[in-house]
Amino acid sequence: MTEKPKLGVYICHCGINIAATVDVEAVTEFAQSLPNVVVARNYSYMCSDPGQLLIKDDIQESGLNRVVVASCSPRMHEPTFRKALQEAGLNPYYLEMANIREQDSWVHQDREEATAKAKELVAAAVAKVRLLEPLTPREVDAEPAALIIGAGIAGIQAALDIGDAGFKVYLVEQSPSVGGRMAQLDKTFPTLDCSACILTPKMVDVANHPNIELLAYSEVEEVSGFVGNFDVKVRKKARYVDVSKCTGCGDCAEACRVAGRFPNEFEEGMGKRGAIYLPFPQAVPAKYTIDPERCLFLTRGRCGKSPKCVDACQPGAIDFEQKDEIVTFKVGAIIVATGFDVFDAAKKPEYGYTEFPNVITGLEMERLVSASGPTGGEILVDNGEEQIVPKEIAFIQCVGSRDQSVGNEYCSRVCCMYTAKQAHLIKDKIPDAKVKVYYIDVRAFGKGFEEFYDRVRREGIRYVRGNPSEIFKRGNKLIVKVEDTLTATPLEDEFDLVVLAVGLEPRADDRKTIDLLRLSQSPDRFLMEAHPKLRPVDTASDGIFLAGCCQGPKDIPDTVAQAKGAAASALIPLARGKVSIDAQVAGVIEDTCRGCGFCVSICPYTAIELVEINRMGHMVEVARVNEALCKGCGSCSAGCLSNSIQPKSFRDRQILPQIAALGGIK
Amino acid sequence: MRGMKMTTENQTFTEKFDLLGCIQCGRCTGGCPVTVRTNLNVRRFVYDAYNEDLLEELSRVADIWDCTACHTCAVRCPKGLKPLEVLIGLRSLVVESGKTEPTVRDALESTFMEGNPWNKPRATRNDWMEGLDVIVAEPEQKVENLFFVCCTIAYDPRVQVTARNIVNLLNKAGVDYAFLGTDETCCGSEIFTLGEDGLFEMLIEDNTEMLNEYQADRIVALSPHCFTTFNTHYPDLNKPVIHYTQLLAELLEQKKLAFKDGLEKKIVYHDPCYLGKQSGVFEEPRSVLKAIEGVELVEFGRNRERSLCCEGGGGKMWVESESKIERLAETRVKDARALEADIIAAACPFCVLTLDDAVKAEGFEEEMRVAEIMEILGELEVMQEKPSSAQEVED
Ligand SMILES: Cc1cc2nc3c(=O)[nH]c(=O)nc-3n(C[C@H](O)[C@H](O)[C@H](O)COP(=O)(O)OP(=O)(O)OC[C@H]3O[C@@H](n4cnc5c(N)ncnc54)[C@H](O)[C@@H]3O)c2cc1C
Ligand code: SF4
Ligand code: SF4
Ligand code: SF4
Ligand code: SF4
Repeated sequence: MTEKPKLGVYICHCGINIAATVDVEAVTEFAQSLPNVVVARNYSYMCSDPGQLLIKDDIQESGLNRVVVASCSPRMHEPTFRKALQEAGLNPYYLEMANIREQDSWVHQDREEATAKAKELVAAAVAKVRLLEPLTPREVDAEPAALIIGAGIAGIQAALDIGDAGFKVYLVEQSPSVGGRMAQLDKTFPTLDCSACILTPKMVDVANHPNIELLAYSEVEEVSGFVGNFDVKVRKKARYVDVSKCTGCGDCAEACRVAGRFPNEFEEGMGKRGAIYLPFPQAVPAKYTIDPERCLFLTRGRCGKSPKCVDACQPGAIDFEQKDEIVTFKVGAIIVATGFDVFDAAKKPEYGYTEFPNVITGLEMERLVSASGPTGGEILVDNGEEQIVPKEIAFIQCVGSRDQSVGNEYCSRVCCMYTAKQAHLIKDKIPDAKVKVYYIDVRAFGKGFEEFYDRVRREGIRYVRGNPSEIFKRGNKLIVKVEDTLTATPLEDEFDLVVLAVGLEPRADDRKTIDLLRLSQSPDRFLMEAHPKLRPVDTASDGIFLAGCCQGPKDIPDTVAQAKGAAASALIPLARGKVSIDAQVAGVIEDTCRGCGFCVSICPYTAIELVEINRMGHMVEVARVNEALCKGCGSCSAGCLSNSIQPKSFRDRQILPQIAALGGIK
Repeated sequence: MRGMKMTTENQTFTEKFDLLGCIQCGRCTGGCPVTVRTNLNVRRFVYDAYNEDLLEELSRVADIWDCTACHTCAVRCPKGLKPLEVLIGLRSLVVESGKTEPTVRDALESTFMEGNPWNKPRATRNDWMEGLDVIVAEPEQKVENLFFVCCTIAYDPRVQVTARNIVNLLNKAGVDYAFLGTDETCCGSEIFTLGEDGLFEMLIEDNTEMLNEYQADRIVALSPHCFTTFNTHYPDLNKPVIHYTQLLAELLEQKKLAFKDGLEKKIVYHDPCYLGKQSGVFEEPRSVLKAIEGVELVEFGRNRERSLCCEGGGGKMWVESESKIERLAETRVKDARALEADIIAAACPFCVLTLDDAVKAEGFEEEMRVAEIMEILGELEVMQEKPSSAQEVED
């Protein structure tokens, strides 16, 4: 360094967070005595405007060229103070923070000792700051396109917003149609809008949008790169139907030799389909798909003399030669919107779900009340003897939620309300039905929810406070064994139909996406956001965002709100067209690097590769850091046998004096 | 499974039973089988016991002795509480104050003095072996299966047959086994549920030390009560514990055992709470019964996880319930009658005793009988090793 270091040290009170435990005056006085320190001050809130102004004024008036702020963790305010330095004309990386809050005042009680520790931390920061070098953040171009994984309402909404903003969207959906769970719902709480009526137009929009490329029946296979520059590889699974020829007439499905033999997933197994199918009438794209595990021709190599579907299809769309197709493209941002699974009621055997046909899940109920469902909207159940219109109906809330015994401690947030909705719909269709809802608490927290709950109760739905313990059969009635906890009465109530309000779970197949994108999970196993309050749609990886139920259970309004949030966040790099890359990344000293590649194997972000260079006439391999991928974690540096790779601002020669000042190296 | 949370002296009642974890959902009382015939409401006790000043009063409520320790409440609780243990905690207060029923007091005293709750001398614990060719274990001797008989099976003439028949079976099948003999001491299952903490802890300590000395691969318990108690309350035991029906199922599967005779009977299997609900052993007893040719195995409507308790556990052998309402065991035998079963098969000495009484009370002796699984197997005259080809190759 050519100029002589001139340091300013600023000690923050953080209100009383620091000042109550640390004697800030004493620390200021101490700082003043340290070598090269020109000014030392303390102030109530350094991060406030006046606090930052103190620094800026001193830089300009006293010609400071290095700054130490002794305050909180750098996580929140390092960017704040860097900006202050920059605004005063100093390189922003000439800053060092001493954390005297989280590492000192918050964890100690003894004022004297806490003050002594603050002094040491300040001395250490002073020792390091003198040795910092100026760094310049880099910018790289961002690809003006986004990838969205999952086309439920979350993925659909995010795709429409980004597409409408003028950017290209690749919307990847693994099933044959977009729509997700919402497509399975009948009406939606609390307004009772018909789900299909509000969803179908959006489904059609994503298919027709000029900026959206819909990749249905497809799976993301590989993602590499970094924010602004992700390389994506997608497998378009063979439908065995040429979508450019298929008119969606359905003649093939009618003709299929195994028509109506297999449970239809969309109908929760209640309806049936054949080997060639459209999951539901409003499916988008409205193209038929052959199920390769069910089709006689694909599994056995023959289907009668000639496949009936082929004979039936006038445009000749059936194509057994079709192969999976790989498409690759580049995007600047990714939104994960993979949704949820419903809780598997078989995991609570005491409710007899697998045994009694008239014990059903809430999702099955959605199909049963739906006019487009397997019974055409008529509520008919099998009581083990015959098909009946149930007259005594029970709902059991919290099945598979709030329940440690099945490992789901969280509340699923939608089942109280969908229960109220379904109870209303049943009462509407079977006016003389006696409907009881067994609950622990009714969580009606959303806009219009409590009002809806009030309405449903007044329609004659009986709410009984107590969570049933088991269901068994007596004659042709289901017996629900439960305690009415408000009157402390154990009951054995009789019903024709019991609906289990199953909760929401993380998708079992999310593992794939988690590994692909290196996502984290919260303790509840849902995908984890970067910060539970302030960064609810971000992930720990830049440029990757979350939307909808993959991040946690939520209703449609919250799902859509989050999808819009994720779209807005994903648009930032796309709209700027550039992403800035932090300068505090690892750097290689190529002269001493031996090209052993150990760092390549260590780096958790795959940011390092070996490249060939010409070293005095010899071609040798050395490590090279992709600065856009590097997070500056320093793992490589700890591993390097020749000290040839070191993170900037954390080089040995910068941090060893800092450690020495703490008494770590004598 | 093994490794109950140890409670320290200075824990409050609320902390010890995690009463604040309860959300008053009512699943415990909702599932409690005895609510149909007694006033016990276990949820109310979980709620009321928050108030430490009330504990003494609560311990005087007779309802606490109606619990059969079936553990349905604990299995169903969504918050991981064991509501029945609150009742046991209250029973402990009664035991501590010395105001227990004489029958209970005698059972506890006999366990302390003689190692069994049945007022029998330790010296006669092996009497059931009379006339049998039994291998009795020596600590240093290596053995695969070390049998733990259970006080009730050892002393009660009605259920001794379980032990006697299994000895014959083991001898014929050439299984490597040994019985503990007079070294065996009560596992403490019922001592725990009667609320005698101190004695229970002593039994755990002594039994652990005794059992750990034996050079056995595993312990095979004849009673589900011993089986589950070892697995849930004996954290320091150095070998696995299985139930004998698991051993039999294993022998059948490995084709080391087969039943030559058939039995043309309709059998309904009753899941003991301690074997099924509490330990998840549902299929092995069934597979043993299914291995008998001619047997038609039928199921109670309330089977497996929803099996109805027979009211034999929880110290109920020593505390008579005052209720005049039909016993659960009576409900159970009526259900069996409706199924036209010839035999109610059980795999637990307490179930056999309670269901037997119920058959008599209902006057069903002509139509059906209750039998321990070993009782049924013992009647199949020949049991022999069936050497399969795979077996021969191995040998
Ligand atoms: C019974 C029931 C009733 C309900 N009723 C209501 C109601 O009345 N009102 C209300 O507001 N909310 C209701 N909800 C909640 C509502 O269903 C959800 O809020 C909504 O569906 C969440 O949408 P999503 O897009 O996040 O997830 P999903 O609907 O699950 O969509 C996810 C999509 O991603 C696809 N996908 C998953 N993984 C991948 C992958 N790796 N690659 C490609 N694609 C993938 C899936 O195939 C699916 O299409 C109800 C929920 C249930 C269970
Ligand atoms: S080949 Fe046969 S089984 Fe396969 S879709 Fe066509 S008709 Fe159906
Ligand atoms: S939303 Fe209601 S029913 Fe669903 S888990 Fe929460 S409290 Fe239970
Ligand atoms: S089941 Fe558990 S949480 Fe529910 S009331 Fe009983 S003790 Fe409380
Ligand atoms: S252990 Fe069984 S009898 Fe006792 S309170 Fe619990 S459910 Fe009731």
